[in-house]
Amino acid sequence: MAVSTSPPADLSAALVLEPVAAADWLVILPVAWCLAIGALLVMLRRPIGLHPFIAVAGLAGLVAIDGLLLQHVIANGPVTMVMGRWLPPFGIAFTVDLTGALFALTAAVVALAGGVYSMADVNDSGRRYGFYPFLMLLMAGVSGAFLTGDIFNLYVWFEVLLISSFGLIVLGSEREQIDGAVKYGFLNLVATTLFLVTTGYLYASFGTLNMADIAQKAEGLRGTAPLMTLTALFLLAFGMKAAAFPVNVWLPASYHTPRVVVSALFAGLLTKVGIYALIRVTVMLLPVEREELSLVIAAVGALTMLVGVFGALAQSDFRRMLGYLVISGIGSILAGIAVGGPGGIGGAIFYALHSMLVMTALYFASGVAAQLGGSFSLSSLAGLYRRHAGFAAISLMLAFAVSGLPPFSGFWPKVMLVKAALDIGAWWLAAALLVTGFLTTIATGRFFLLAYWRDKADDGLAGTVKARIPAAILLPLVALTLLTLTIGLYPEPLLATIQDAAAGLSEPSAYLNSVFPGGVR
Amino acid sequence: MEAWFALLVGIFFTVAIYLLLSKSIIRVLLGVAILGNGVNLLIFTGGRLTRGVPPVIPEGADALAGPAANALPQALILTAIVISFSFFAFLLVLAWRAYEELSTDNTDEMRVAEPQDEPAPPLGY
Repeated sequence: MAVSTSPPADLSAALVLEPVAAADWLVILPVAWCLAIGALLVMLRRPIGLHPFIAVAGLAGLVAIDGLLLQHVIANGPVTMVMGRWLPPFGIAFTVDLTGALFALTAAVVALAGGVYSMADVNDSGRRYGFYPFLMLLMAGVSGAFLTGDIFNLYVWFEVLLISSFGLIVLGSEREQIDGAVKYGFLNLVATTLFLVTTGYLYASFGTLNMADIAQKAEGLRGTAPLMTLTALFLLAFGMKAAAFPVNVWLPASYHTPRVVVSALFAGLLTKVGIYALIRVTVMLLPVEREELSLVIAAVGALTMLVGVFGALAQSDFRRMLGYLVISGIGSILAGIAVGGPGGIGGAIFYALHSMLVMTALYFASGVAAQLGGSFSLSSLAGLYRRHAGFAAISLMLAFAVSGLPPFSGFWPKVMLVKAALDIGAWWLAAALLVTGFLTTIATGRFFLLAYWRDKADDGLAGTVKARIPAAILLPLVALTLLTLTIGLYPEPLLATIQDAAAGLSEPSAYLNSVFPGGVR
Repeated sequence: MEAWFALLVGIFFTVAIYLLLSKSIIRVLLGVAILGNGVNLLIFTGGRLTRGVPPVIPEGADALAGPAANALPQALILTAIVISFSFFAFLLVLAWRAYEELSTDNTDEMRVAEPQDEPAPPLGY
């Protein structure tokens, strides 16, 4: 055996030598947890009766983990963990700041609500074909995307959640679903491929994939590297993932086709991952370019809002209307990104979190409405108020929330966004936000009028029979509605956290310090 | 050599976009496959193309002596190849199922999820 003659290498220059603090494992735990539960569910292929209970327990655990993580980040600032102990930028870093932790926690809450709802919505064949493993792997992808601090790793998590979402969207294999899945699948794959193209250019210009490293190197490369090209490409790729106009067509073509719980999860999670990535890249990594592109982003945002809400006005199918409302919400978030500053970015983050909760709840409501009224279509859906007055009250609250009316969670982010837009003199953007809110009120109000207050024409008797809604469906719906009401009535703690999160994105020194504790390399 | 590869990547992208814009699902599929390969080639080229120079740091030094091809993009491509291959496989099956269910591979005729003659919402009651 050859004996090495070189002196023993100084490992401290390349490796993290101290053991990771126990609390810091929380950074990676959401992903590891979801993957482990997903793997367990795949192994338990036969006893499908157990699946919902394991998955719901797993998702409740995920909420707890993400809650602890958020608390940890609030107390200690951004936390970093590197894979294989290699020091950043060489080791793949998971870095969690307030924004990531907030998004991860909200996503976990939405997924838990979806998990509970699915107990009544997903039948045996759905379970046998792997609804629950797909759900857990989807959550692994979503959590990973929110927590990672490495841009190629972000791409990988995008693909993880994309392939899980493919599995979920075709579950059941109805003709409609196949049709929707073709459009969803192709256009989303093209979008992630565009993201990969951009990542390739980014690596070629920066020589690093670590987000903190990119953020600190961007200043020095501004004269030589094609940063505007990168930002524009990121905008296109993430805009496509987020269903921004004019690359939004895949969303209304597909979101109404799978079963209700899948639509609800998609509406709550997938477009928001795109928005999160856009916020992360444009606000933290390439802020100067965001500033230069702000007019484009603002125009895209305003058009997305208006196209979304006009689409919603033109739909007679409940779920397709909701699909357009998802798009319209994305427009509001883009407006916040375009405006920038603490108000704009904070408003965008707040709106995204609100939209995750409310859109999921609205899709749940569409499922209940179809169950009570026998249809998703406005022309035949009627008499829901008589069937279940409590459900009608919940639906009205959610309609107010999505329109941005007080006292629900949609009101505050809209106030922040309108104020931020007026502060920089973008009166047309503020006008677009307000007009969108007004038109959303009309769209949802008309829906309420027709589906809830209109009496069913043909039945004198059936309309008066009180319906019962299964607890597994009512519970997540009520919980999400109460959550949006609570946020609307008592926004202070969340608002303060979101403002800190927005400040941490615009001035990422704490983030950089967490990745490079020794200061700039 | 990088310039030629850049040109090649450009050709890949042109072909891919041309195919993606077509109405036939099979051609779109081919476009996706070519686009995936074009991206891989792009990342590969981005990591420098130098033949016969191993990226090995000589003893006693702590950096490479001369320019060598970067090994990291090749690792990235490996990931991207696996992903794009599995997605291609999924989309291929999906396209076949779509052809079976909808008996067309023309995207213009795939209107099951978005019917053309859907009635407008009622104006009153």
